Amino acid sequence: MPERVAVEARRDSLLLNLGPSHPAMHGIIRVMVELQGEKILNAELEIGYLHRGFEKTCEAKTYFNLLPYTDRLNYVSPLINNLAYAMTMEKMLGLAVPERAQAIRVLMSELSRVSDHLTALGAMAMETGAFTVFLYMMKAREYLWDVIEWTTGARMTTSYIRIGGVRADLEPGYRERVALAVKETRQVLKDVHGLLDGNKIFLNRTRDVGVISREDAVSYGWTGPCLRSTGVYYDVRKARPYLIYDRLSFEVPLGSRGDNFDRYLVRMLEMEQSLRIIEQVTAALPPGPARTGTGVEPAEAIARSRRKREPRPIRLSPTLEGSEADLYPGLVAQGAGFAVPPKEETYTSMEGLISHFLFFMKGRGLHPPPGEVYASVEGGNGEVGFYIVSDGSDRPYRLHLRAPCFHLTAALEQMVRGALVADIIPTFGSLNMIGGELDR
Amino acid sequence: MKGAFITTRFEHVLGWARKYSLFQYPFITACCGIEYMSTACAHYDLDRFGAGLTRFSPRQADMLLVVGTITHKLAPVLKTVYDQMTEPKWVIAFGTCAVSGGIYNNYSVVQGADRIIPVDIYIPGCPPRPETVLDGLIKLQEKIQNGRPEWRWLKT
Amino acid sequence: MAEDLTRVLTEKFPSGLEVHSNAPGDEVIAVGGAVLLEVMSWLKEGPLEYTMLLDLTCLDERPLGRGLTMVYHLLSLRRNHRLRVKVFLAAESPAVSSLAGLWKNANWLEREAYDMFGVAFAGHPDLRRILMYEGFEGFPLRKDYPLRKRQPRLKERVPDA
Repeated sequence: MPERVAVEARRDSLLLNLGPSHPAMHGIIRVMVELQGEKILNAELEIGYLHRGFEKTCEAKTYFNLLPYTDRLNYVSPLINNLAYAMTMEKMLGLAVPERAQAIRVLMSELSRVSDHLTALGAMAMETGAFTVFLYMMKAREYLWDVIEWTTGARMTTSYIRIGGVRADLEPGYRERVALAVKETRQVLKDVHGLLDGNKIFLNRTRDVGVISREDAVSYGWTGPCLRSTGVYYDVRKARPYLIYDRLSFEVPLGSRGDNFDRYLVRMLEMEQSLRIIEQVTAALPPGPARTGTGVEPAEAIARSRRKREPRPIRLSPTLEGSEADLYPGLVAQGAGFAVPPKEETYTSMEGLISHFLFFMKGRGLHPPPGEVYASVEGGNGEVGFYIVSDGSDRPYRLHLRAPCFHLTAALEQMVRGALVADIIPTFGSLNMIGGELDR
Repeated sequence: MKGAFITTRFEHVLGWARKYSLFQYPFITACCGIEYMSTACAHYDLDRFGAGLTRFSPRQADMLLVVGTITHKLAPVLKTVYDQMTEPKWVIAFGTCAVSGGIYNNYSVVQGADRIIPVDIYIPGCPPRPETVLDGLIKLQEKIQNGRPEWRWLKT
Repeated sequence: MAEDLTRVLTEKFPSGLEVHSNAPGDEVIAVGGAVLLEVMSWLKEGPLEYTMLLDLTCLDERPLGRGLTMVYHLLSLRRNHRLRVKVFLAAESPAVSSLAGLWKNANWLEREAYDMFGVAFAGHPDLRRILMYEGFEGFPLRKDYPLRKRQPRLKERVPDA
């Protein structure tokens, strides 16, 4: 079946295919353009090359077990997707998350947001030729991922923010690590401002290119930095404050022209604001319960409890694999069965072991009442929302992701019409299309 | 006998030259692409192994890195790209989705890139740490060094 | 807020529309398929100003006894309010009017709903599959489509000269 562009094309124009496997297509999107010389007359996008059946897969898994799938949606800011899902489930179940867990969630969420913007702008700059900017931004991202890795155990796809709270507490040396990451990121941002803001080549490629009007942006359902670059003030963190955002002071940058340069600049300024939030949260983090007592390694605890039942409490060593029951009140909402049972129980008693397995296999405790809910957070690209319908069992009846970059990419065909072929690249780069979120 | 000595020396030199100048074509689809970017950039450098230059055309590349999930819609594209590469070529399956379909086993995901194209090195991980990727690259370099190219016109 | 909304809506559309707020804090209205376009135009251009269509999706409720259900999420930027609109469709050959004339993103969203559920949108300019490849048989997100169903193999496509 010929594509729409091919059917509508004039006789003397050239049809060009920027194919699915293309360095500047951020993953895979196929753009077919009809050209007259270098000017684009008509454009068409074909998506779906990364459709991995997320929504259908989630209908077959328990509410807890589908958490790793949410990481892989917007994979440059995975903690924000986890957060969106966890908040939707908490809204449905009516859980109250403890204060410390909320602060940790904000910290992780802002670290993810900064690394999302770094990746997006680095890739956009690389595709316009500024390879140095890409290398600098990846360097800064490594420091941020270091912080995330020391706390959650993984660099990218972490599954750290869970329903009811977070998985484990921050690691003991996090303040120094966060301070180093913030310092390095600020230095990189300063360098990149110097490299790109007044750069004639970059300005020529991005100023007044890929312009979209305010009404069109709203009509397309744009949210996030791209909408704010057209001048519309809508940020979910300010409009419907969640977690502890109403107590933090930060600004929301707005653009005016809705072109590529404004989208770039809005993201750069948002990164600075996110670093401010990170500093405030780190300074004001409510202290968690102190870890007391000497630690016992998990293998030792299992071996001991085989001989006779260990008297409580035992203290497992404070690493991620042995989560202590005394940290749980600060990290996880209270109530039975919303979080993985503490490891003291699992390693030292048969009932604990059984409840551990029942939790993972049947999702015990996570049986929401029948009904539906929609909740959203501010992601790197805009409003990330989950719409979950439950029929009372331990698996979702329907789970739908409101993907922000689906709406952003829908506008690309209109934005490049009338521009030159080379303008597709910075325009597409400034939208920050993430394949996992677009195609689900 | 002497012919065999010369060809083995020559194969040794050829293997050495090929393994330290790999031109890669990163066929990036999903989340592993972000770890690929990390591996290729300044922190965990791919360039010090000689594999730093990404040739964005399959005709100029000799190593295909299948990074990320392959869906049924994308499979013909992967096959076309593989066919467009010239011999000698090697394929690395990067990430568990390319190795075996990963956590996705449903109507739209191909259970591994090796259902479509032959794969030389499998790098598991979701996503694999950059050190794992470099380990896989070194294994590929050993394979290139020790493998025998086909000498169809000189049989000894 | 909920009472105002109920009052305004039931005054304007006395029939064909019901308001109920179910579950935690969301506000939902259920609209009949025949008046959907009228209701949506009024919601967008009228005093309530729901200028953004946040999301459009479908729900397969055939195992529960109903047919397919369309779910729309609207956002009013000025009033900072979200609304969910549901339309109940028939189980066989579900069809509803297209909103592509009102909001521009409805074009792609409806293509996705068609691709995944098989809902026909009357008045849509270009209704094709968007996420699955052409030649895919069936509608994946329906409840009677098994998760791991294998599709028949397609003939190799040769690009024409």
